Amino acid sequence: MKKTRLHPLAKQRLAFALLSLSAIFVVLPVLAVVYLLLARGLPGINWTFLTQPPSNMMKDGGILPAIVGTVYLIFGTTLFALPLGVLAAIYLSEYAKPGPFTRLIRLSIVNLAGVPSVVYGLFGLGLFVMLLRLGASLLSGSLTLAILTLPVVITASEEALSSVPQSFRDASLALGATKWQTTVRVVLPNAISGIITGLILGIGRAAGETAPILFTVAAFYLRDLPRSVYDQAMALPYHLYVLSTQVPNAPPKVQWGTALVLLVLVLGMNLVAAIIRTRFRRARKW
Amino acid sequence: MIHKGKANPAKKMRRLTEPLIEKFVTLNGAIAIIFVVLIMAFLLMDGLPTFRSVSAWKFLFGRDWYPLSEQFQTLSLILGSVVVTLGAVVIAVPIGIAAAIYLAEIAPLRVREILKPMVEVLAGIPSVVIGFIGMIVLSPWIKNVFDLPTGMTALTGSVMLAFMAMPTIISISEDAIIAVPRDYNAGSLALGATSWQSIIGVTVPAAKSGIIAAVMLGIGRAIGETMTVLMVTGNAAVIPHSFIQPVRTMTATIAAEMGEVAQGTPHYYSLFAIGLVLFAMTFLINLIADLALQGTRVRR
Repeated sequence: MKKTRLHPLAKQRLAFALLSLSAIFVVLPVLAVVYLLLARGLPGINWTFLTQPPSNMMKDGGILPAIVGTVYLIFGTTLFALPLGVLAAIYLSEYAKPGPFTRLIRLSIVNLAGVPSVVYGLFGLGLFVMLLRLGASLLSGSLTLAILTLPVVITASEEALSSVPQSFRDASLALGATKWQTTVRVVLPNAISGIITGLILGIGRAAGETAPILFTVAAFYLRDLPRSVYDQAMALPYHLYVLSTQVPNAPPKVQWGTALVLLVLVLGMNLVAAIIRTRFRRARKW
Repeated sequence: MIHKGKANPAKKMRRLTEPLIEKFVTLNGAIAIIFVVLIMAFLLMDGLPTFRSVSAWKFLFGRDWYPLSEQFQTLSLILGSVVVTLGAVVIAVPIGIAAAIYLAEIAPLRVREILKPMVEVLAGIPSVVIGFIGMIVLSPWIKNVFDLPTGMTALTGSVMLAFMAMPTIISISEDAIIAVPRDYNAGSLALGATSWQSIIGVTVPAAKSGIIAAVMLGIGRAIGETMTVLMVTGNAAVIPHSFIQPVRTMTATIAAEMGEVAQGTPHYYSLFAIGLVLFAMTFLINLIADLALQGTRVRR
């Protein structure tokens, strides 16, 4: 009896050891990657790197046009993804009734989230660049990235809207407000932090994407910054791709520096989203 | 806010605008459907013309991808994607599920609070950065260990993809495991089972559908990933015979070649046709995942 009781416990110890080992195995590479990027990227980052265009066949100078291009893309994507995403979320949370239509919407959102990023690139190329004749431009790129971001924005916004207590809506409706008034003036303001969190997370992901912008906006090298939404632009992720595969003998300092700037930008956005989320949870009125 | 004096005309307006607003919101609600349909339509529109010059059978099962001599047969690319994804799944699924079990059932709260954000960081690293790391760090290592002429192999891609699929697998599996009612575990413990026996014999099987969904979504993530595989797998369009040789995936082919083709050429159409195959694959994978998740919701 003793033997059989001891055996399962030994087994348990072994199993738990293996499980924690797997967790370590997931986390260690993350630390290693962050460490490597900091150790090899930081030495290359200085004022010139952040404020000058590339020079000498991308071996010297900085990455300003790529930073600016990515920032423009972030704004453009937000401009399209926010209203479309929030309205879709409002429909799902406030207006939709359970049924095949709603089920179809949810299935579409899941599938949209699973479409490979390069397929978004093809779609953006076919619709925006070619059919609507917007060319490879900030506009085409922002629209493509906005569609890619939609599933995240819709899902997060819907969750935020649904978490507003029903009593808030009832009170507003009882005062004679219409459904739309209630939605816009009562439900939306109470869900705004959740919506912003979702938006930043989605845009952060989009800002790091390369495949969707390959054929819709990204330029190998531009001396001047883009002046209009119809201009092509450089972008950080594409620039890193160019530096690591298309420029022979690109100095590691420039490569790692670009990678670090991109990582800081993307993870920085994640961090901001996380901070808003925690603050919001603390300040919650219900 | 409705002011007393203006109440009447404003109310009248509301009666008119409210149904309009509702229509507008409903239309916006359908936006996800609209885009899925549009994506499908564009892939069909620009992909189907391929089959004027090559039969669907040859396109899918022919071995020769030589765009310069107008040979558009994609078996090597499809197998390239399958091999790289398979490798990633073999690595990511056991480790991901194990880590999820650890996080959900075993890790002390403090450890959990450190590990969870790190998994989120992993999910947040852009694919081009992962590809870059793979090129600079992993690829030379693989070249040395296996004594190969190049470190750009299917295995290199699989390892990097595994780390990209893990956050998906971990977070969805973990949610599924946490969602299992505590009584299940308690009942098992009360019957004298050890904690581990309860976890592996009761909790994890109860979370099965969620874990299946997690694995499917992880596979979907891996097969659709583009930049990482483009940068680390060597991009040789040949039928793969092992994990330690260069391969080329469907996604990498589109990304590498679409930039240099003219619209309306057979090459252009065939790249869209590859996109169509990819879309169909991920659609199917997501559908299975969704059905699995649906199963859990119905049961509870």
